[in-house]
Amino acid sequence: MDEYDTTSSSYVVYWRDWFLAARGHEYFCEIDEEYLTDRFNLTGLQSEVTYYNHALDLVTDVFDVDCKDEVREQVDKSARHLYGLVHARYIITSRGLSKMCDKYKRGDFGRCPRVLCHGQTLLPVGLTDVPGQSPVKLFCPKCEDIYTPKSSRHSAIDGAYFGTSFPHILFQVYPQLVPEKTEERFVQKCFGFKVHSHAALSRWQEERKEEMLARLRGCNIRTGFPSDVVAERGDTNSFRSW
Amino acid sequence: MEEQDSWIAHFCAMPGHEYFCEVSDDFIEDDFNLTGLNQMVPNYKQALEMILDVEASSDEEDDPEDDEYDSRQYYSGRRYRNRANVNIEAIHANAQLLYGLIHQRFITSRNGIQVMYYKYAHNHFGHCPRVNCGFARTIPCGFSDVPGVDTVKLFCPSCLDIYVPPNNRFLRIDGAFFGSTFPSLFLMSYPELDVSGPHPGATGTKGVQKKVKEKTEGSSRVINGVVEANFAPGLGKGNIYDMKIYGFKVSEKAKSGPRMKWLRDRPEDMKELDEVENFSNQDSRYVVDVSNNAREENSDVTMQDDEIAGR
Ligand SMILES: [Zn+2]
Ligand SMILES: [Zn+2]
Repeated sequence: MDEYDTTSSSYVVYWRDWFLAARGHEYFCEIDEEYLTDRFNLTGLQSEVTYYNHALDLVTDVFDVDCKDEVREQVDKSARHLYGLVHARYIITSRGLSKMCDKYKRGDFGRCPRVLCHGQTLLPVGLTDVPGQSPVKLFCPKCEDIYTPKSSRHSAIDGAYFGTSFPHILFQVYPQLVPEKTEERFVQKCFGFKVHSHAALSRWQEERKEEMLARLRGCNIRTGFPSDVVAERGDTNSFRSW
Repeated sequence: MEEQDSWIAHFCAMPGHEYFCEVSDDFIEDDFNLTGLNQMVPNYKQALEMILDVEASSDEEDDPEDDEYDSRQYYSGRRYRNRANVNIEAIHANAQLLYGLIHQRFITSRNGIQVMYYKYAHNHFGHCPRVNCGFARTIPCGFSDVPGVDTVKLFCPSCLDIYVPPNNRFLRIDGAFFGSTFPSLFLMSYPELDVSGPHPGATGTKGVQKKVKEKTEGSSRVINGVVEANFAPGLGKGNIYDMKIYGFKVSEKAKSGPRMKWLRDRPEDMKELDEVENFSNQDSRYVVDVSNNAREENSDVTMQDDEIAGR
């Protein structure tokens, strides 16, 4: 990653702008100044970040540049870590959620690699909330599975900077954004014939799905499947397959 | 003339062509393998000659000194005679189409599968992007065997699903050049192949085979024609993503609750699938009986059924 050069003539560039513009940082949103400067929001982060006060100064652009190179390097590293940790908290606030929502709609986090999700946009998610454990993954709200980012520059970002709860909180707050689920299945073929073992498993899975749909209908809960609407029309031929 | 790469080697080295293997000349030179392709590919003869690096069978006067070369060389260091009425670029496109269609057939032949196995074992086809598949190796395929329908996709034998290749350069490659049959035939040819991930450091056939041996010992029960341990190892309990908020699973009853777990599920005891199979066989026999009876008793109903079926 490029070093944030505090001595160059481009010094007027705010640290956060530099951070967000850096390659591979496309998943991050901008944390409001007010949020960053409210110490309450940073509770408990002192012990997580070395040079905490300097790092916070750097993130909020009040850092005194007059220090040794090694120190500045370390402070910069700490600032990035601090920004990530605060980011995980910020994106589950209403302001943060709405910013991430815009990024989600724009497809900033990429699209689901699963062919039958037809380019559904993704959301970043962590496998753990503990930093330094595992890189960021992408959650697809259509197939409800998680994927490794395509680009290595994304798969190097700490998943804790997004957290395990973020996408699920987002859809709880914005349930209208939950995409319609898909019943389309891939059918493995061999010289035009369905592959026996795969077809047997697909049938078994269909049964599990029907059980779930029955449970949901029993509680009068919208299933989120297109067949929900179709069933009301009395059309039973909703199962599509490749 | 100096020694040059063959047309085929060059084709396979082009960006985006990483999934292709080199079809052996033997296979291409056997007319039986090319049956019907002359009707699918324009300029078939010239295209085939180009693929095989055969000097264009010229009925014109041959004067090497006077030969005009096409300025638009489609491969660096490679020149083709620019003959009247022959559009080299068009033939080149035809040759690519022809090679793709031959490739589709070759990789479902005994030799072709072996060549593709080598590529599979050396990670030429990449890995499943799904986290719970643990970097299982994928297999290229197409939805259709007819060219021009869709681009190449990747089949993951660990989750039995298909994915879009990770790089844009693959989005121009016709899926028909791999075909819909290849993955299943490949897996049937190597029933002992461990299709699960991860394979840390295993980047050769040796690594795969070693792992297969370790894994299949003791769990080589065959279900529906597939070794149980190698059937969809990326699915089922422990491999299904749980949506959680602050560590608590999101309830199914929530509006944004889980609806797709079945997609990544499988029975814990795969024998259950045999039972499903038996049941559905009985089921379909039952349906057939009923319709036969209906036909005898009430022909109107049958006609209605046929009309519906015909729509
Ligand atoms: Zn998806
Ligand atoms: Zn997979």
